[in-house]
Amino acid sequence: MTVALPHLQIPELDQCVHCGLCLMQCPTYRVTHLETESPRGRIHLVRAAAEGRIAPTERFAEHLYLCLMCRACETACPSGVQFGRIAEAAREVLGPPGSRFSRAVAGLAFTRLFPHLGRLRLLVTMLRAYQRSGLRRLARYLPKRLREMEALLPPVPDRYFVPEAEVLPALGPRRARVALLSGCVMPLLFGEINEATVRVLRRNGCDVLIPKDQGCCAALNVHNGEMVAAKAMARRNIDVFLSAGVDAVVVNAAGCGATMKEYSHLLAGDPLYAEKAARFSALVRDASEFLSGLGLVPGLGRLEMTVTYQDPCHLAHGQKVRAQPRQLLAAIPGLTLVEMDASDRCCGSAGIYNITHPEMSQTLLAEKMVSIARTKAPAVVAPNPGCMLQLRSGVQRGGNGVTVYHLMDLLDRAYQLGEARP
Amino acid sequence: MELTPGERGTGDGGRRDGRMRELGPLIRDLRRIVGRQHVLVEPEDVIVYEQDGSILQAMPEVVVVPGSTAEVREVVRATRAAGVPIVPRGSGTGLAGGAVPADGGVIVSLARLNCLREVDLRGRTAVVEPGVINADVTKGIAPQGFFYAPDPSSQAACSVGGNLANNSGGPHTLAYGVTTNHTLGVEVVLHDGAPLWLGGSVPDTPGYDLCGIFVGSEGTLGVVVQGIVRLMRARESVRTVLAVFDRMDDATRVVVDVTSAGIVPAALEMMDQTTIEAVERGAPVGFPRDAEAVLLVEVEGVREHTERALREIQDICRRDAARDVRVAQSEQERIALWKGRKGAFGALGTLAPNYYVMDGVVPRSRLPETMRKVAEIGRAFGVRIANVFHAGDGNLHPNILFDMRIPGELDRVIEAGAAILRACIDAGGSLTGEHGIGLEKKAYMSWVFTEADLDAMARVRRAFDPAAGFNPGKVFPSPPACGEPRRAPAKIPAGLWV
Repeated sequence: MTVALPHLQIPELDQCVHCGLCLMQCPTYRVTHLETESPRGRIHLVRAAAEGRIAPTERFAEHLYLCLMCRACETACPSGVQFGRIAEAAREVLGPPGSRFSRAVAGLAFTRLFPHLGRLRLLVTMLRAYQRSGLRRLARYLPKRLREMEALLPPVPDRYFVPEAEVLPALGPRRARVALLSGCVMPLLFGEINEATVRVLRRNGCDVLIPKDQGCCAALNVHNGEMVAAKAMARRNIDVFLSAGVDAVVVNAAGCGATMKEYSHLLAGDPLYAEKAARFSALVRDASEFLSGLGLVPGLGRLEMTVTYQDPCHLAHGQKVRAQPRQLLAAIPGLTLVEMDASDRCCGSAGIYNITHPEMSQTLLAEKMVSIARTKAPAVVAPNPGCMLQLRSGVQRGGNGVTVYHLMDLLDRAYQLGEARP
Repeated sequence: MELTPGERGTGDGGRRDGRMRELGPLIRDLRRIVGRQHVLVEPEDVIVYEQDGSILQAMPEVVVVPGSTAEVREVVRATRAAGVPIVPRGSGTGLAGGAVPADGGVIVSLARLNCLREVDLRGRTAVVEPGVINADVTKGIAPQGFFYAPDPSSQAACSVGGNLANNSGGPHTLAYGVTTNHTLGVEVVLHDGAPLWLGGSVPDTPGYDLCGIFVGSEGTLGVVVQGIVRLMRARESVRTVLAVFDRMDDATRVVVDVTSAGIVPAALEMMDQTTIEAVERGAPVGFPRDAEAVLLVEVEGVREHTERALREIQDICRRDAARDVRVAQSEQERIALWKGRKGAFGALGTLAPNYYVMDGVVPRSRLPETMRKVAEIGRAFGVRIANVFHAGDGNLHPNILFDMRIPGELDRVIEAGAAILRACIDAGGSLTGEHGIGLEKKAYMSWVFTEADLDAMARVRRAFDPAAGFNPGKVFPSPPACGEPRRAPAKIPAGLWV
């Protein structure tokens, strides 16, 4: 008799009545047509493991880790089953995915790298040096798998995001005081987007705090079953941001925002932090959500362009933020939004998924690139760094020349144009 | 039947191992036919196929997911030649246990046969594979102004093949009829793997209506590998009314009054207070939580007709004491109302871990008294019932809410369900409107059919499949030796836990 795993017996499981309405919203079910790779199937597997009817074997783990954690099933579920919580609980029992070696690497990254942004920065700087050197040409001698991973590495820009001060004052009358999550990878690979976000916030009357002591949001840890470091990282951010005394904690990466809005759940069992975590989570806003709520100040210049919009999963499904980014796009004079088919279907990026599951990731990316191409828009807006990297790699492969923007990019440009020609 | 979850196991370890050894040669054949990754045998794989949308469960031995009609033919031939039963499966959203492998065997999932092969808008037909999702048929042709009429509430997930097997209906059955009214022909694979076309692409073919026999046969005659379905022209105008009632009796009276006034709405749906509560907890659309019932009435047609019908319906609702009558003012609002209705079943998970849905039908005129009777039965058995149903058809869906883990609860729920169905039959109605008999209601077949009726049906089945190896244990009541006909729990085969 297999051992039951009672700590997997979480209340969310009871809410699933296996109606199946999630099936066709699940990217991995759509590709495989197998129940084992569907939300309903995964819930049933977790339930069966909790009851001791099956063992949490390698295959069981494969089914749970083929999930992208896009949470499209949560949008589809009429019972409001929070699948993400079920999968996170199961992954906590299973530990990180893959072979023993890749588990060890992932474990190291989650506990020794992401919690220490200095180390991450050093590593990215080494990567930059590698990319600038002739060493890169040697990459073709790597084994196939490593070569593919090497190809996925984004080019490291020359400049990182380094705010000139910890508090940047509002331009014009002050309307709010906010803190910005500068992120772990964002300031290194997408420094310009952080800069654009700060400019747009300031122009909209926000004092912007960028606390020095903040850390990574721990999304990758949470999604890969590594909860000990995740909780420590969450506690640190809670302390840093709560002591800043702000109206909102603004996030320009959808995955981070979703995770931080759920610190309240992550630390619900922590007697010292449960209350603080709830208070913190209530402050977290995606940048689009915050600006749309605040209302944009006038001054946007004309941006004659046609774009399509990719809903980041952790914005649309994780945070239920769909209308706000579109409202902001509509506010830009001259800009036309053409919707793509299934804009809220995952592009296959999903954190480190494109590295752990390249085949599924590429299949989903290829479909996404077709949807984008069908709109004939020369640009796609995806307000999340993971989606941006993935879509850019899709553009590189497909060579159709579509440009990938962050929403804050476009708002910033429009304001700059407005300034140049008032 | 009193197994607690911990004792159920994945199919008795040792016995399963022995059985899998016996099936070894067949599994090798199946892998050769469809490829290794499309044959599931491990407990951590096949266990997810032990359930469908119902409360019944039983473990399959093997799951095969063929990718073409040619593969289906070979899979059927090999499996049946090995004497192993086949349970065809679409999306597994059925509510009567039709896709639950009561006798183990091989599940043939048709999910990969999902090609919309041909669309002939001038002839208004489409050729579809069984795994095509119901809503995708309409999605593909909506821009040209056409739609596929059968619209089960699960249409975002259920397959056309599953609809064919169960002769499914939906909210718009009232105006357009059920699946059989929209099916012109089917290509089926028989027990020996031979393909056969029944019906055709024209509305009437000479001879017996064999296509009609296949539609609604619940997978007991063969496997459908493609179907020719009718397409319909979208109506000029669609209007939807939400009427809110403080008393269930008033709502049911409206149903009788609307239909007897000669108005045929496209849909006439009812939800009671408990269902409203579930919808509002799960994915809220703004139904008033303090109402005892709401009606969703939709009219379609040319604008002059819908406007007139709309006025008449509003008048009747007000006369019958509706608290509030609201016409959806935009397409968005209309879609939101329907989303609430179509998600109602799934939303019941917010109220209880399990629900047992009944599918009884009564003549519309008997609706008010039957609804009172359903409430009485709920009280008598001490069970909570959520009603959400196709009121215009008199097709009830009382959902009995419960928690399977509480010992004895399931027995009580099944008895309450039986009492409700009995009440429907006593009112001159039937056992099922659209969900099929499956495993769930087979014990009650003798309430509506005589031995001679059932024998005639069994002979039809044997004409198609002499060994009765397609979806065994469904539809037909088990031999009397298995237990008393009135006690449903005892009728469920050993090894099958619900």
